[in-house]
Parts: sequence; structure tokens; C-alpha cells
Amino acid sequence: MLELVRDRLDNTLVSSIEPEVWERIRSMEAGQNEHGYDPFGFNPESLKYIVPLAVGLYRHYFRVEAYGIDQIPDRGRVLLISNHTGQIPLDGMMIATATLVEKRPPRMARSMMERWVPSIPFISTIFARCGQVVGTRDNARMLLHREGCILVFPEGARGINKTYDRAYELERFGRGFMRLALETKTPIVPVGVVGAEEQMPALYDVKPLAKLLGMPAFPITPTWPFLGPLGALPLPVKYRIYFGAPMEFEGDPDDEDRVVGAKVEQVRDAIRQLLARGLEEREGVFF
Amino acid sequence: MTRRSRRHRKQRVVITGIGGNLGRAVARRLHRHYEVVGIDRRTVRHMPKDIDIEQVDIRRRRVEDVFRRQDLDAVVHLNIMHDPRTRQDEHHQFNIVGTQKIFELSAENRVPKVIVLSSADVYGPDPRNDQFLTEESALMGGQNFEAIRDLIALDMFCNTFFWRHPEIETVILRPVHIVGSVNNAPSKYLRLEHPPTILGFDPMVQLIHVEDVVTAIEQALTPGIRGVFNIAGPSPVPLSLILKRLGRKPRPLPEPALKMMLKTAWTLKLSDWPVPELDHIKYICMVDDELAREKLGFEHEHDLEAILREVNKEPQPW
Repeated sequence: MLELVRDRLDNTLVSSIEPEVWERIRSMEAGQNEHGYDPFGFNPESLKYIVPLAVGLYRHYFRVEAYGIDQIPDRGRVLLISNHTGQIPLDGMMIATATLVEKRPPRMARSMMERWVPSIPFISTIFARCGQVVGTRDNARMLLHREGCILVFPEGARGINKTYDRAYELERFGRGFMRLALETKTPIVPVGVVGAEEQMPALYDVKPLAKLLGMPAFPITPTWPFLGPLGALPLPVKYRIYFGAPMEFEGDPDDEDRVVGAKVEQVRDAIRQLLARGLEEREGVFF
Repeated sequence: MTRRSRRHRKQRVVITGIGGNLGRAVARRLHRHYEVVGIDRRTVRHMPKDIDIEQVDIRRRRVEDVFRRQDLDAVVHLNIMHDPRTRQDEHHQFNIVGTQKIFELSAENRVPKVIVLSSADVYGPDPRNDQFLTEESALMGGQNFEAIRDLIALDMFCNTFFWRHPEIETVILRPVHIVGSVNNAPSKYLRLEHPPTILGFDPMVQLIHVEDVVTAIEQALTPGIRGVFNIAGPSPVPLSLILKRLGRKPRPLPEPALKMMLKTAWTLKLSDWPVPELDHIKYICMVDDELAREKLGFEHEHDLEAILREVNKEPQPW
């Protein structure tokens, strides 16, 4: 009985995705073993639980436009380095969706999750099946050695939680990604996301409340918390995602912060240019 | 050919804990090329005829005679108890004192090689684990699970011995869940018709066939091999896939409920599952066995299908 319900649900989910897109995704080459799982528990078949929602948001809610998707190499290791904005990490989801549905052959942009995520029931399993990996240095290294594609937000919480007065300014970048790229000789594709900044413009960040609730930030937006849970929905802004030309770096991964930092700065500049281009090209926040 | 074999006597290996299912498997493989002497305090049955058995507790004096009577070329130490029902102090005594005794005797009698079977469980399942733990990873298995602490202590003791006696080649093997016709916890779990699982968790799991562990032990006997080696079998798969292939009907339960049930069953002696072992069906504890594949030349022969076929076979009674 339960099996039947489950099969029905699976079929409904699959049939809600365009057939040729789904075919490309499920037959994706991502280093799976003969049972369909990669060592991290990623299984392209399981993407059916998330792709319908993600594609819905991508096509109809945020009406994402992706430019330069072919800058991502078709195979081989690559790091996608992006700005991180909008209070809730939908930008990661949209970038991953772009690499799945726009790129041919599709690639799974894998992101590194917090170390406590595997202790949450269901989320732990779904995230792992959909290609998310616990964020340890060895895991990232192994993914790259297996010629994977990793999405990194070097601004981290600093970027996503910033208030609207600093919209489209880039916060300080972490250097870990550059050391990793140098060590594994991985090309870096800079990514600029324009639009996400307006999905939840934070006016104020109530830090004591955030601390009390154990959250990274407690943003006050024009709608949240005044409209209740409804106010926590992101506004239907239009996303523009720009992929820049791959950048290659050489050097000692254990070099001083100053040396590595200079290389990080080059990536940051590339992203800044992508953002400037995006801001210039767009005609409105919602169109 | 005959002259040569007369000149070179067969190498002599002592296997402690030979009476167990794994011990028997090792003995059966080794007795073709080695002279095997077995030590076990249990009655040993179903053993090839050319194997000498000493039925004695390894902490006893009589074990010393085994070491003194003849020149030994290697010791394979499998006599490590994993019985959660045994009293903690007895368990600890048997494992630590026994191992210490074996090492002392090996050092005294210049046995050139000692192989100890530890387990990948010493790393312990944890949400913060690297996907694949290397030999250098911290042994965190004891943070929630007390019964594993003597295995960790033992593993570390072997490491100390490794440094103190450079003339002896100490090999510590840390295999993942050994599954097949053995009576350990993972095999027993997989033999349940309705294995309980934790609702919402489905960790990746590594299994290894008994015979592949025997192969690793055999390869560790090669002169020149020393150090700590993780041993893993075929590539990992989710727990749910294993249960599905075995045709089991898992009973997923929310973790608190499962914990409570298990605790009650343990107290009433209805089950022998210690509650902290639940972490093994919740979080990952997988190892990177590249070192073994490179240095030992280890290669697993049995794929997942072969391992699962073996699970359904009940182990022979002894």
C-alpha cells in the first residue's frame, strides 16, 4: 500500500519535469557506482524530489536568466565562486538549478553544508541524496579529485545576512577556497547573482534576538515579521545569474595570507564586474 | 622442489581466538602455507587436522609455553571480545590484559610480526565525520559508546608497542563492518526480518566480506609490512539499499521512540543491542582504505551481492 502511494508520488513528480530535461539529469555522469550512488550518497535519480520545486521557482517565480553557462567546463574539476545574498540561500539553489537544466551535459553544483546538518532527520538524507556534502576540507578535496563541481560562497553568513544599505557590495572573502584551488589545480568560475538582494531586503538585523534564537541573523524586512509567516516569503524578484570566464591560479597553497589574499582579490574583482554588468543590464527589480 | 621445502621449514603462525568464526576462516586459509597453532579458551571444533590447538585463556601462564616451545614467525591476534553483555571490567581485563600479554611474549621471544584486528568502529559514527576517515583520524568512537572504549585503548596500546619495538613489525587492521557467516552485531542486524531503522536517516555504509578480511590478514603477513591500515570492501551504499536487496522489511521509528524501546529491551534482557550503537544506523563512519590498497596490495574480491548472499547463511555452530 505504502509502496503504491510512493510509486504514484514518484511518477507524479517525474512527470512534472520536462521529459528531456529529466532524461539529461538522471543519466548525468557524476561518478556513481553500479548501484547509482556516489561515495557521498548523491544519487541523480533522487533529484526528482527537489527538481520540480526548484524548476518551478527557477522558471516561474524568479524567472531566472542565466548568462554564460558554458563557461563551466563540461567535465573536470571546477569551483564556482559566487556572491551570497538575500537572507535565505535560494541563490545557491538557483545556481544549482541553472547548471542542471540549462547546461548540456548537466553538472551537479555541489555545495558544502554545515556539520550539524547530518543530525537533522530527513533533511540529512535528502540533502545527501541531492549532492550536498558536509563541509570539511577533506571532503572538498576528495570531491575535486573526483573531478566534481563545487559551489562556494566565500562571503558565507557575512554576505547573505547583510542589510540592504550594502546591497551588491561584496563582503570580505574567505581564503579557504583559493588554497583548495591552488592545491588541487582547480579552475575557478566566478559567478555573479543579481536580483536576489531584493528578495528580502533587510532593514535591520536584530543581533541580540538572533543570538537568543541561535540563528546567524534576525533580519527585519518590510514584510517580516510584520506579516507573520507570509512575510518570510521572498519577493518575486527577477534573478540574473552571470557566469564569468574560468580563472586559473598557480602557487603554493600554504603561502602567506597576503599572497593568497591577492589572488582571492582577483576573483572578487571578477565577480564585482559581473555584478556591475548585471545591474546595468537590468531594467527593473521585478522584470 | 622437495629438497627446497625440506630446507625451508614452513613459517609458524599463532592465531589467538581461533575458535571464533573469523578465527576459523583465517586458520583455514593459512594452514595451507603456514604451520598454524591456535589458542582459544573456548572449545574449538571444525578445524583442519594439522592445526595444533591450545585450549587456554590467553592471560594464563600456559600461553607462555606456546611462545617458548617453538620459534614463531608471526602472531595473529584475534582474541578480542565484543560482547556488550559481559561485565565491563571483565571485558576490559580480557581485552587489554590479554593483548598486553601477547605483546610482551612477542617481544620476549622475538616474534618478528604481530597482527592485531581492530575495527573501523574506533573512529565512531558522527555527523561531523569526514566522508572517508584516514588512519590518522582521531579515534572518537568512545565519545558516546562506552563499550568500544577498550577496543580504542587496545588499538592505542598496539600503536605504542609499534613505536617501542621497532624490531617487531606491528600491523593494526581496522576493517569496516565485517558481514557474512559471523555472529557480530552488523551481521545479526542484517539478518533481522524487520530491522528497525531511524526515521529520516539513511547513512552510507561500507561492508566487507569475511574472506576479504582474511585476505588482508594474509597480506599483512608479508615481511616488511607494518603500520595501521583501514580495510574496506566495495564502494559504499545507503543502508536502505542493503536492506532492500536483502528483502527485509525495515521498521522506521522516530529516534526517541526507538531509543526508549531499545533501552527497555536491554534492561529486560530481551535484546543485546546497546543503545549507543544506534548511531551506526544514523551517521556515517566510513574509512579510506587507499593505504591498504597501495601498501598491502589489498583488493576486495567480493562485491556487495556476494556479501549479502553470505549474510543469509547462518554461521556454523561451534
